This record gives sequence, structure tokens and C-alpha cells, in this order.
Amino acid sequence: MRPADYRTPAIGSDSLAHQARLLEVWATAPGLKGFFSSVDHKQIGIRYIVTAFLFLALGGIEALVMRLQLAGPNLSLLTPEQYNQLFSTHGMTMIFLYASPILSGFSNYLWPLLLGSRDMAFPRLNALSYWIYAAAGIFLYAGFLTGNGPNDGWFNYVPYASRDYNPGLNEDFYSLGMVFLGISTTVGAANFIVTALRTRAPGMSINRLPIMVWGTLTASAANLVVVPAVSLAFLLLWMDRQFGTHFFDPGGGGQPLLWQHLFWIFGHPWVYAIVLPAMGMVSDGLPVFCRRPLVGYAAVALSTVATMILGFGVWVHHMFATGLPGLALSFFSAASIAITLPSAVAVFAWLATIWLGRPVITTALLFFASTILLFVIGGVSGFMTASVPVDWQLTDTYFVVAHLHYVLIGINVFPVVGAAYFWIPKMTGRMLDERLGRWNFWTMFVGFNLAFLPMHVTGLLGMPRRVYTYAQGMGWDTLNLITSIGSFVFAVGVLLFFVNVWKSLRSVANAGPNPWDAPTLEWAVSSPPPPYNFAVIPTVVSRHPLWENRLDEEGAVSSIERGMLLDKGKETVGTTALDAVPDMVLEMPEDSFAPVLLALGAAALFVGLLLKAWLVAGGGTGLVALAILIWLWPRRELREREAGS
Amino acid sequence: MSLAPLGYLDAAGRRAHSILPLTWFTLSVATAVCIVIAALLWIAVRRAPKNGGALETRSVPVERGSNGINWITVGLLISCVPLLVTLVWTMAALAAVSGPPSHPGLTLDVTAHQWWWEVRYDATNPSETFATANEIHIPVGVPVLVRLHGGDVIHSFWVPKLSGKTDAIPGQTNLSWMQADQPGRYRGQCSEYCGFQHANMAFEVVAESQADFASWRAAEVQPAPDPITPAQARGQALVQYRCGLCHQVRGTGAGAISAPDLTHLMSRRTLAAGRLLNNPGSLIGWIQDPQGIKPGTQMPNQYLSAQQLSDVQAYLVLLR
Amino acid sequence: MSETALAQPEKLPVGPIGRHGIGYWGVGTLVASEAALFAYLLFAYFYTGAAAQPGWLLEPAPPLKLALPNTILLLASSLVAWVGERGVLDRRRWQALLGFGGAAIMGTGFVVVQWFEWKAKAYGLGTSSYASLYFVTTGFHIAHVIVGIGVLVAIFAWTALDYFSPRRRLTVSAGVLYWHFVDLVWLFVFATYYVTPYLGFGR
Repeated sequence: MRPADYRTPAIGSDSLAHQARLLEVWATAPGLKGFFSSVDHKQIGIRYIVTAFLFLALGGIEALVMRLQLAGPNLSLLTPEQYNQLFSTHGMTMIFLYASPILSGFSNYLWPLLLGSRDMAFPRLNALSYWIYAAAGIFLYAGFLTGNGPNDGWFNYVPYASRDYNPGLNEDFYSLGMVFLGISTTVGAANFIVTALRTRAPGMSINRLPIMVWGTLTASAANLVVVPAVSLAFLLLWMDRQFGTHFFDPGGGGQPLLWQHLFWIFGHPWVYAIVLPAMGMVSDGLPVFCRRPLVGYAAVALSTVATMILGFGVWVHHMFATGLPGLALSFFSAASIAITLPSAVAVFAWLATIWLGRPVITTALLFFASTILLFVIGGVSGFMTASVPVDWQLTDTYFVVAHLHYVLIGINVFPVVGAAYFWIPKMTGRMLDERLGRWNFWTMFVGFNLAFLPMHVTGLLGMPRRVYTYAQGMGWDTLNLITSIGSFVFAVGVLLFFVNVWKSLRSVANAGPNPWDAPTLEWAVSSPPPPYNFAVIPTVVSRHPLWENRLDEEGAVSSIERGMLLDKGKETVGTTALDAVPDMVLEMPEDSFAPVLLALGAAALFVGLLLKAWLVAGGGTGLVALAILIWLWPRRELREREAGS
Repeated sequence: MSLAPLGYLDAAGRRAHSILPLTWFTLSVATAVCIVIAALLWIAVRRAPKNGGALETRSVPVERGSNGINWITVGLLISCVPLLVTLVWTMAALAAVSGPPSHPGLTLDVTAHQWWWEVRYDATNPSETFATANEIHIPVGVPVLVRLHGGDVIHSFWVPKLSGKTDAIPGQTNLSWMQADQPGRYRGQCSEYCGFQHANMAFEVVAESQADFASWRAAEVQPAPDPITPAQARGQALVQYRCGLCHQVRGTGAGAISAPDLTHLMSRRTLAAGRLLNNPGSLIGWIQDPQGIKPGTQMPNQYLSAQQLSDVQAYLVLLR
Repeated sequence: MSETALAQPEKLPVGPIGRHGIGYWGVGTLVASEAALFAYLLFAYFYTGAAAQPGWLLEPAPPLKLALPNTILLLASSLVAWVGERGVLDRRRWQALLGFGGAAIMGTGFVVVQWFEWKAKAYGLGTSSYASLYFVTTGFHIAHVIVGIGVLVAIFAWTALDYFSPRRRLTVSAGVLYWHFVDLVWLFVFATYYVTPYLGFGR
């Protein structure tokens, strides 16, 4: 029978028979088959989170080894080359393999649940983005483990990265690995954008989006257009190294500064991309524990977008010392000072939310609240570097190292751990231990500040960054020792977090659907949620569907129990971009091996390029083409083609 | 030298002086903001209802509460004040320090190499042109223009007490300037990561009176003295034959310029770009094992016999 | 208790109908990202050229004998692909096949001509930064054309298998959109490398 092109979706309530029907079409196959073919956003999200935390641990160990080397003057635990590879790999790991993927993981897991949908817009693309991330991570670490790790810092300035000065495979691993990883980020960003705009619950108009969705949406929009800059830069670098082109080589008319422009056009927006979603976590999590809605929702949402827009115009502040003309310096200095304002909006909104609410002290709240302070410290030190003449002194000293760690740990690690305390009960059905949580929080908080607050002074006393050792008598000895001690305390704190998760996984699943009495849709389903998330598609009329009866919202209330059943296959609803009016029934793809096949082909391609094994590269390309063909073959079940033929 | 030779919270020259108040201002604003926010946060969290350690979030009822948007408006308005002051001050300071002086008292060409600094003093009379390394002599009280060249990779020229950083980039010439108020030695350091020995790429700026500077310059122009003793003569031959592939000793056959000029080596306070204090003992240690003292340095180990070493030392200590 | 709001839509399209479907949005994001990539390539050209010494342009007056007709050929192929898409819309399969096949052949012609254009250059990839930029930018574009040809061939085959109808044809519209993009980008590449030297850039 020819299925209809149009249908009026049946409305109904949840029932066991309905659930059984949904489970049949949505459940992932067990075992390895399911592992490699699953497109369930929850599975992919958890994989992302686990992998990213693994990289956090690796990057942390690298940091500890460096802190041993720097604990006193003239130590020789590491050779210069070992140190250089360690600090470069540490940066690469934390920035590219931890900070962004961990947020992708949480967003992947949470978005469809927050948005009242059954999956991401492009589930197979979602799987692809994880597999490529994993493959690129292995590729990059293969370099490090074979002694060919990056050795020119995470921003990898030329000409030091060029072949004349860096003949090993180190920079080839890094360049190709970064191009490879860029594919993951780009397809992930595309998926987030379309998901946020097209697959929300009916009624969840754009002004009802959780702030975390605003954060990731903004970050994704930026990533979509800035990641090509860095991918291109790395590809050109690889060509300069292997094919004798002259993009960055002054001897052949190239421009070393072109690298810096391309890198920072990407790099600065990227910094916002790895903090805005985490700020969104705070904006969504904090109100739950303050027992009131977020203060200034519209202001916070708009400032998120404004930060990113200004963020496109400040990249040159990483290049103040490169001899640019005064006009450029003034412009970028002013823009960098101005960007303080939209960032400050969130701080005041969070403070007011705590002040005007009735905070319940939980570990999650402690992490979220401490983020505010750490963000301010990282923010004001950033504001100092925005002033060009001051930056000429501050830049490339430990002051900047302290600054960037306050930003990245303060506004990424702290909110992420808070988010873990907040949302792991949703993911596993098991609470984390609150007592151990306090120990965890205070160890991390004290250790972190012990390590990085004195580091500002180390910088003001002139210690340059990226030095493998330092002489006695420079005034840095005691400060460095304190930092090293603090870093180990911090590491113990992070370890306590992992211990807490491990303990929780062995406990009883008794969290219930909504342990925190939180207001958003993900708390309306069981913990962990069923494969189809929502048995019926909810209809939403406010930002706090589960708090409506207590907040005296005017007019109608959201419908959680009754809604579209959509059980005629793997279906969910597509809605319009701004008002979230239902405008189509989306047929979601089944589990598929195409993503993992494509990632394997791409991995073979990059290995082939690295080793100049053209047959391998060609075979990889063929595999990629084959996987794409399988993937895109128009299918009747997805109504991508006529059913009649 | 101060307790922190590279610290920039004190200044010793006009350029650094005009930045310092702005640095202190922004630092004070930054600290004040942190303290205020920390205090507000502390008070806000301490207002939590004493729930006897009960962790049930649910037990505290949800309320809409007051709208609180004033926090944001007032907060932003207050923030604008230091931001605007900083903006205006930044532009003023930028105008004061960024432009190179139109009538410098001295112009130098500094080329940054992995991992040392080549310093060239030009003169109208070519015979008075000379190069030295890792030690920059300038007269006090006059602005000194520094033309920065990139010899290989990107480095950055930085003398915290006198001037902020300017990169030395291959393929372009960047300008920096400095002016010392008082005679003294001011430490400088490469501040853009440049490879193995980025850590040990220091230099010194020696500011001295016009008279001292003139006599230093007159001495530097001179070629190297001739050897006197047989040991020195043997040492000179070895230096020409072994060291001369990279180094120059003006007035001898050692004429390469890809490493520091040694003509007046012993007049300099440090060796190997600040890695060692320069004295006959450390000099020998350095020649014997540069790769041990500064791993990765361009200077290869020489494998000289004890006799050869003592000859080389005998000759090199002549080069004052 | 206030009343419960419940979205009860009538007659929703099931799966993509016409261009209406999230797949089209997906291709839109892909195009945005690719457009950014070319923007950075052209930025690299203008940045390097603006800072370069006189004589940087290896061809102050790039010959247009091949490039201009080739540009017209590629732009015309966009039109032909559009005619193919109309063929699917109007249920004229032959028109559709001619359109997609014709566009693919014209695209192939473009690549071949571009190959001769490359062969005729007196300089190679490693001659100078200008040469590197020229070959890599046009090479990037050719790679996109080849992918686009692959897409057209796939659509051609699927049309031959009679997969599409005026309603179920998102794949066709998305593929043709990509082809339009590939052609449009060439206009920017062409303007940069072949036209701006005549306007004085880099001389």
C-alpha cells in the first residue's frame, strides 16, 4: 500500500502498549552490532563524555609532569624536547580533545531531552561526528606516543612549525590530525544548528529555549564558519612542509603572519565556543538550586549571541606584539575591552539569581556558584590584556597562562563537573554522593586557586611562558613551588570526582525522574530515559514546563502527558524555526554502519597522507565515497523517494 | 638588579614608565572587581536557608521572586566607568609609547636567532660598523630605536624594565624603542616560543653614560688582539679552524657570521645567551659540552683534547 | 487549574516534501561552511598580495582565452542542472536525465579545460607564494567540482531508476543546490585571480 504523504498525527496518552511499540522501533540492537551502528543521541552523548574525560585525565597527567619539572629552578626531569612536546600536547588535548567534546557530549545527550524531541536532527551525522572525534584523537595521540607529538604549542606558529626547523613527523601528525578533527566539529555544529532550529517540542518558541541551547547553538554557528579557517591553515602548513608550497615561507613570498591571522580568526571564537555552552549549564542549573527562574533570561540569551558576534572581531588581540599599525591596534583593543560588557551580563544575572532566590547548597550549586567567581577572575585578567600597552608586558608571560586557565578550567571544568553532579542522575538513574561531593568540590576549588592565583604574580614578575626551566634568582622559585603543590591538590580533587562517579555507578538506581525538582523537559521522563525519550510529544507554553503550577504562569499550561503519539515508525516532529509550530513529521533513520565506515575510510585517508602511502589514502577515499553512497541512497522508509516504484 | 629581573611592576625607562601607571590601574580595577564579586557571592550563598544539611532541593518551594533585572542594568552601568577610563587611557598610552622616536639617539639592528641575539651597530664609516651578541650597550637618557629582524623563526624582543614586547618576524622588520633613565644592566628575554632553548634566550641591556658608551664603542670597533704566547697562537689557529666555521673573530681568519661574534667575547658578562656567567672556567665548560649545558643548541660538541682546550682558553681570554 | 495547551496539528507532511525537509537545512549549513572555507582562501590571497613586493603577481595580465569561456561553461551548467530539476518537478524524466547528465558533462569539461589551463602555466606549485595560492585555490575548487559531478551522477542514476517524484525529491534539490554553490564560488575565484590583476591588485 502506498503510504500517505500527509497525515494528521494521532493524539493520545502514554500507555504500556504504546511504549512497547516505540521501544521496538527505537531500541538499539544489543552487543557490538549496536555499539558500532547506534545513532541514539544518548549513547553517543555518553561516549563523548567518557572519551572527553579520558582526555582530561591524560592532559592532566601531562600537566602534573610539567609541574614537577617547574617545581624548582634548574630541574632536569625532562629534556627540552620532552617538555615542549608535553606542553603542546597538553594544550592540544585540553582545548581540542577535552573542552569542546565534553560540551558536545552533554549537549548531545541533553538536547533532544531539553527540546522535547526524540533525537537530534541528523542522528547518523551525530554518530559520524563521534567516530571521527575518536579516530582523530587516536591519530593525534599516536604521534605523541611514538615521540612525534606536536612541539610548537597548541597555536603552532610558523616558521618554527615548518619543515626547515621541525623536520620530524611531529607537525605532520598535528596538522593532519587537526584537519581530521575539524570534520567532526563541523558536522557536529551543523547538526546542533538544525536540531535547535527544527526539532523542538511544539510551543517551544525561540524565547523559551534553555540557555544551554542558546550557548551551544551560538557556539555551533560560530564553529561552522571558523573551523574552516584553522583546517585550511593546517592543510596549507602540511603542504608547505611536504609539497614545497610557500604560504607561510617568507623565502618564497609567503607570510608567517598569515598563519596567525587564520589561526586566531578561528582561535578566539573557539574560546567562546568552549565556554558559552558551559555558561549555559550554569544558567540552567543554578536556578534549580536557587528555587526561582533565572534573572534576566532575555538579557542572558542575547548577551550570549552578542559575545560571539563581538568575539569575531577580537582575534588580533592575540597579535598585539607582531608590529601591526596603530589603527588596527586601537580598533581591536577597543573591541576587546567592549566584549567585557556582554560577558558581564551573565555574571550579574547569576549573582542576582542566587541573591534573590533561596539557594539550596548542593555540590552542583557549589560548582556552579564558584564558576561565577572564577569567570570574573579570568575575565578581569583578560580585560587587562585587552589594553595594548599593558598587553605588551603581559603577553606570553605566566600572567596569560594563569588567565587562560581561569577561563578554561573556571568556565569549562567547574561548570562541567557541576553539570555532571546535576545531570548524571538523569543519565544513569543514580545520584552522586553529596558528602564525597563536598570533598571533591573543596579540594578542586582550593587546589585550583592555590595553583593558579599565585601564577598571576609569577607572570607579573616576568616569567615567560613555555620555558622548560628557569634560572635561580629570578624571583619565581617559591611561587612555582606553590603552583606545583596546588596542581597536585587540584588533581586529587578531579580524582575524587571520578571516584564519586565510579561509586555512584555501583549504587542503586533510585534517582527517579526528577530528583532536584527541576523545571525543564528532561526531568519529565524516567532516569535513564527510554530510547525514544518521550512517549508522547509534549507541548510547551513556558520556559519552565514542570514549575508552571507553582509560578502562576498566566493562561494555559504545558501538556506533558498528552500529545502526538507518532508511533507509525521511527518518527518525531519537525517544527518551525522561530515559533516551533509543528510543520512536518520527521522520519528518523535506523541505526547504520555507514558512519563508522566513513570514519574508518577517513582515518585510512589521513594515515595514508601522513605516510605518503597513496594507495592507502586512495583506498580510504574509496571507502569514504562508498559510505556516503550507502548513507545517502534515497530510501523509501525515509520517504526520500517515491514509494510507488 | 631588582629581586625580579624580568618583573614589569617597576620600570627604569621612559617607555616602560608611561605604561606602568596603566598597568597598576587595570590591575587595581581587576582586583577590586574580584573582591566585590567574591563578597557578593559569599553573602548570597550564605543566605541559604539553614536546612540542617537536608539536601532535598524539593523541600524549598519554588517562587518567581522579584525580577532582578536591575542587577544587570546597574551592574553594566557601573562596569562602564572603569572600562571607559581604561579605553581612553589605553589610547593615550598607545599614542605615547607606540610610535618609534623620530630622532633616536642611537639606532640598532637586532636579529633574533635560535637561540641568541645578534646586535649590529651601524656607522656612517663602514670600518666603524661592528656586531656583538646578547649584550646591548646603550647610552642613558636618549631614545634608542631597535630595528628587529627575524633570523629564522619568530622570536620576541622584551626588556621588561625598559620596553614591552615586539616580535622579530622573518620577512619583515619591526620597530621597537627604549630609553634608559639610569645606568644599569637590564635583563631581556625572548618571549615568543621558538624551540628547544627558548628558555635560555636571554640578553642584557647595559645602559651607561655617554662617555662610557663612547669608550665601549671605540673598543668594540677594534679588531682582536694578536696572540702573544705560543699557547695563544696555537689557540688562535684552532679557533680559526674549528670555531671559524660559524663564528667571527675580526682581524683573524675566523670570518663566519652564523653564530655570535667573538671579537670581544670576554667583555661580555654572560655566555650562551644568559645561560652562564662568563669567566674562563665556564667558558671551557661551555666549549667542552654545549649540548649538555644547553641541549639542542646549534653549537656542536667539539671533542677537543685537554691540551687543545687549554690553548683555546688561552687565546679566547685575550678577546676583551 | 488553567487549561492545557496541546498542539494538535492537522495534516502534516510525512517526510520531506519538495524542498521542505531538514535535509535541505543540512545542505544549507554545509554550503555555509564551505563558503567560509573559500572566503579564507581568498583572504589568504589578498593578505599575501597586499603585503607582497612588486613582481609578486606572476601573471600581471592573466590570459582569459581559456578561463573566460570555461567560466561561462560552468555557469551555464548550473542552468542546465536547474532545467533537470524542473524535469523532476514536471515529471519529465528525459528532461531531468538530460539536465543532470548535461550538467555533469559540462562540469567534466570544465575540469578538463582547467587541466589544460594548469598545464599552460609557466610556474608550478612550489614556484612562489602566488603560485601556491593559485594552484591550491583552483585545486580546492576543482575538488569541489569533482564531488559535485559525483553528486550529479548519483542523482542521474537515481532519476533513471525512477526514484523521484515532484513531491519526493529533496535529494535532487539539495544536490542541485550544491552544484549552484560550486559554480557560484568559481565566480569569486575567477574574479580574484583573473579579474583583480586587471583592476590593479598586486601589481
